[in-house]
Amino acid sequence: MSNIDKGYAHPEALVTTEWVAEHLHDSSVRLVESNEDPLVYPSGHIPGAVQIDWTADLNDPLKRDYIAAADFAALVSRFGITPETTVVLYGDRNNWWACYAFWVFQLFGHTNARILDGGRLKWEKDGRPMTREVPAYAASSYPVPSTRDDVVHRAFREQVLAHSEVGGQLVDVRSPDEYTGAKLHMPEYPQEGAMRGGHIPGAKSVPWARAINPEDGTFKDAEQLKAIYLGEKGLDLSKETIAYCRIGERSSHTWFTLKYLLGFEKIRNYDGSWTEWGNLVGVPVAKGPEA
Amino acid sequence: MTTEEQLDELQETLDMFADPADRADLLIGFADKFTEVPADVATRPWPKSHQVPQCESDAYVWAMLQPDRRLKLHFAVENPSGISAKALAVILDKVYSGQPAEDVLALDTEIVERVFRQNISMGKGMGLKSMVLAVQALTRDALKRMPA
Repeated sequence: MSNIDKGYAHPEALVTTEWVAEHLHDSSVRLVESNEDPLVYPSGHIPGAVQIDWTADLNDPLKRDYIAAADFAALVSRFGITPETTVVLYGDRNNWWACYAFWVFQLFGHTNARILDGGRLKWEKDGRPMTREVPAYAASSYPVPSTRDDVVHRAFREQVLAHSEVGGQLVDVRSPDEYTGAKLHMPEYPQEGAMRGGHIPGAKSVPWARAINPEDGTFKDAEQLKAIYLGEKGLDLSKETIAYCRIGERSSHTWFTLKYLLGFEKIRNYDGSWTEWGNLVGVPVAKGPEA
Repeated sequence: MTTEEQLDELQETLDMFADPADRADLLIGFADKFTEVPADVATRPWPKSHQVPQCESDAYVWAMLQPDRRLKLHFAVENPSGISAKALAVILDKVYSGQPAEDVLALDTEIVERVFRQNISMGKGMGLKSMVLAVQALTRDALKRMPA
């Protein structure tokens, strides 16, 4: 499937821009763009790509949670996706939101999903074709998943608290100032209410974008990633690990990196993240630099 | 047209495109008209002193004063996905280029919300406001250097 050769544990989770270019007319492949900026997709996208909006399509409109299984089935059916379809996700901001969508696809058991290494940035820098034509696909009949697989991929606050209390591996992927508690929001972003700043005790600080080659948005190779996560931070890929950020989107990127590129066996994303933890009554908060 | 009239015309146009999808089309239409700073003003690598801080689109601004103290704005946007930054650049150029330089100093960054409404992400909003502030800062600098 993949033509990625960067030493990853699961190289099949990524595809290159070349691979996508060769499969633009492959009916077994569906390209899905997921961005932070809502203007980006309509201004031009990879031919044949559909758009999934992280707010409107993946989140429950009322409660803070993801869509239900029936809604997921309805969403992907709209794009002619079946359980056999290879879904290739890509987007702006170095695939930040694409990884978030990928994570949600895993919650619903759609394991036949890939990330386009480098996302929009690499595709555009390669000078590959873009279009404004929004494709229409015949609706499919996607069976409603029997469950949303929260247990495997998702961590909840009580679990995170218990994990922290026993010294479990936690990765805080926010900016250094958010980690230390100097700021309650990431640089360039508005203040988003959290009552306390800092990090979950025991968490290692590894800002998510360290996994990326900034010039083209591709992931660093396995040796470079190992040097960061295993060498510098001393994480053990066989141990249970929880990643978190502000609302669970940046940590989806790190979750993808650790699970598929480095082969962490038990990695979950705490999507409640700091907007939950920083407002919870009674939970411990650590401030300052990494211990 | 005066700056006031330009702003009124912009508001009328925005009001006509209230639906989010229509507004997105309008904004993309603005972005399509974007032209990069001409080579007689600046060439790559763009000077850091003209870079918009906190702008994910990697935008640059030039605020040039004409001998009659009227403003001419130029922009560069390095991120190929910087559609919002390009749209705002075109709007600012249309409204303020050719107008008295002081007029842009009165601009409220709230224009970003008025223009983009639902078609804006959290990070982009801050970056675009920063773009307005950069235009104002560079205009102020240019005015200071201008002989009275």
